[in-house]
Amino acid sequence: MDLRALWFVLLGILLSGYAILDGFDLGVGILHLGARDDRERRLFMNSIGPLWDGNEVWLVTFGGALFAAFPEAYATAFSAFYLPFMLLLFALIFRAVSMEFRGKRSSPLWRGAWDVSFSAASFLAALLFGVAVGDSMLGIPIARGHEFAGGFLDLLRPYALLVGALNVSLFTLHGAIYLNLKTGGELQRRVRRWAWHAFGIFLTLYLFTTIVTLVSLPRAIANFQRLPWLWGAVAVNVLALANIPRSLFLRRPGQAFLSSAASIAALIALFGAALYPNLIVSSLNPDWSLTVVNASSSAKTLGIMAVIALCGMPFVLAYTAVIYWVFRGRVELGKFSY
Amino acid sequence: MSIVTLSRLQFALTIMFHYLFPPLSIGLGLLLVLMEGAYLRTGDKEWESLARFWTKIFAVNFAMGVASGIVMEFQFGTNWAVYSRFVGDVFGSALAAEGIFAFFLESGFLAVLVFGWDRVSARMHFLSTCLVALGALFSAVWIIVANSWQQTPAGYVLVSHGGVLRAEVASFWAVVFNPSSIPRLVHTVLGAWMLGAAFVASVSAFYLLKGRGPSLARKSLAVSVLLGASASLLLPLSGDVQARLIARLQPAKLAAFEGLYRSQPRAPLTLFGIPDGKRQKLRAELAVPGLLSWLVHRRLDAPVTGLDAFPPGDRPPVAASYWLFHSMVGCGLLLAALFCAAAWGLRGGRLYGQRWLLKALVGSVVPALAANELGWCAAEVGRQPWIVYGLLRTRDAVSRSVPAPEVLLSITLFALIYALLLAVWLSVLDDKIRRGPEELPAAVPARGWLESAAQLADPAGGSLTEAKEEP
Repeated sequence: MDLRALWFVLLGILLSGYAILDGFDLGVGILHLGARDDRERRLFMNSIGPLWDGNEVWLVTFGGALFAAFPEAYATAFSAFYLPFMLLLFALIFRAVSMEFRGKRSSPLWRGAWDVSFSAASFLAALLFGVAVGDSMLGIPIARGHEFAGGFLDLLRPYALLVGALNVSLFTLHGAIYLNLKTGGELQRRVRRWAWHAFGIFLTLYLFTTIVTLVSLPRAIANFQRLPWLWGAVAVNVLALANIPRSLFLRRPGQAFLSSAASIAALIALFGAALYPNLIVSSLNPDWSLTVVNASSSAKTLGIMAVIALCGMPFVLAYTAVIYWVFRGRVELGKFSY
Repeated sequence: MSIVTLSRLQFALTIMFHYLFPPLSIGLGLLLVLMEGAYLRTGDKEWESLARFWTKIFAVNFAMGVASGIVMEFQFGTNWAVYSRFVGDVFGSALAAEGIFAFFLESGFLAVLVFGWDRVSARMHFLSTCLVALGALFSAVWIIVANSWQQTPAGYVLVSHGGVLRAEVASFWAVVFNPSSIPRLVHTVLGAWMLGAAFVASVSAFYLLKGRGPSLARKSLAVSVLLGASASLLLPLSGDVQARLIARLQPAKLAAFEGLYRSQPRAPLTLFGIPDGKRQKLRAELAVPGLLSWLVHRRLDAPVTGLDAFPPGDRPPVAASYWLFHSMVGCGLLLAALFCAAAWGLRGGRLYGQRWLLKALVGSVVPALAANELGWCAAEVGRQPWIVYGLLRTRDAVSRSVPAPEVLLSITLFALIYALLLAVWLSVLDDKIRRGPEELPAAVPARGWLESAAQLADPAGGSLTEAKEEP
């Protein structure tokens, strides 16, 4: 396999890992203000408390890997999305410190302020990730020499905002399904109801986005005509999505969680399939787009990175498995909780 | 202000804020390993109490490090796009390796360290503590490798892509073990241990002065003073190795550090002096003739390259480099004196009664933190005007598509947010330190059977009512 294609796929895997794992953290954050009292809010935060940090590392590693494998795309994308990216960083900072600081004082004002900041930061992060995906689908004004030639408002187009909303609903759904797995009793019944509502909203936005994409971005399915096996990702996506209401109805929280995780992975695979071989599409001139060919590192570096990934990833998967095993089961509040 | 100045200001602000936390994590990590190891070996519950107490502080500090660190990972792309294009092939792999080898290890086992006391066995917990400390060390390795490559580039070739040059890896191991990697890593890690030791010593001395939990505080003080004294003695040795290396590989930087305007044999080591850029000499200079020549080349009459050997456009800002470097050395010497005196006082336990020395130790965290920040700044300022030494100038490396007002906006927001976070962090830290380590479980024979039963029921030593008390 071509090393560039391999790194395109590996970046997709890192991004999927991030979206699946931190996706439920952000979803729990979005739902946080729906919790009724302090105990429930602590339960919410503690359900992701030991995990969010490791989950965020998937994003950090994605960033490092993008920098190493496709430096041109890393440089162009982050300088183009300057302000949205700064907002995203602020959101991730507040999401992190809100959890750490909230429990350190008992005053309702203190806790209330961190509750709002936690929830708003999670919402904003989910929205911005979606907007970034939407903009990547549309293409952005990239001039010759890989330099961004637009402004902040060029990034907030209706389609990008639609994908942003889609992502918020997806992470909310995923978060509710995760809480369904981690809570019990009356709270779990309420969380399950939220999951149903989120599923309804997500499905509506998903169908709408799909139609808009097929109508207005024919480029998105060009690869499917060339490589028919890509329809497999579509099939996985549809089956996984259909299994969410089924497993919610049958009270199988674990299966519901696996289904929403699988549909996130399938959505990212479809996003990658729509994009390849482009990394950043120029809306000014297709020749100025950044592709896996003109944006990549040298073959030598891609090879070294592949070895690093090969040595490192088994460890990463092993740690992740150990941690999720240690913190399995329903969340309870103890003396070491937030 | 120009986009270059703004981007440099923002990088300085964000890295200096970030760098408050990782060295403390590295230093505290080692102390946690020592304390929890002592608990496992001796079974003394006091060590366990200490390990639990310092773990709480470690967790808050670690979260701040993660939150401010994610900014650094992406800022190369947002503000330094030209730089990213130039170095990505070389520099990116180090960052990616840091993520894969260090961050997953650290963040994963941090969960067990902080939340896992009653979920895993004591041995498994100790293993997690060791792995977190190791992860913190690994992340230092990779980030120092990346930064050292900027200081002393090696193992690369310059390749032209459509007329634009970029550095590509020629030998991965030559990049990793570029000439300054190991000496700089050793110095940075020793500095981090010094900070961890000073921080723990500071809080422990405070408890002793207040007469709180004297037995716990003594243990904590003893281990931190011993670590601090060792680090403070090793630091000048590693500094010496570095200085000789800098003299060979980045002579302009060494000249700026030492305020050496003229190349000369028998170069003096300045003890005091004020750099005067206009007259190109030091004012009010107090120096030992020949000592710099001896330190750098081990010969009193060896010539040392001064700033006059470089065209004005290739010289680092002299006054800033000079003061940053000399302040760092000053803080280091102060700490060495203080911690050696304290270590001497540990013999026979005289230290615990020497209130003036304890008071000085309470303040020791300030020069330790300052020395870490100053050292990092000196290394970066001394590299100027280059962003990659000898290859790419800082002024040519910024993002071309980002307008200056956007950078101004982001700096303002960073400044506000970081000021808020710093205030909250300090107040939370203050709160935790005032509360102190949890009380020891009551000794069984001294109390009634009810407490003994409670202790049996909850061998972790926690009170059964505590979970309800802390809403």
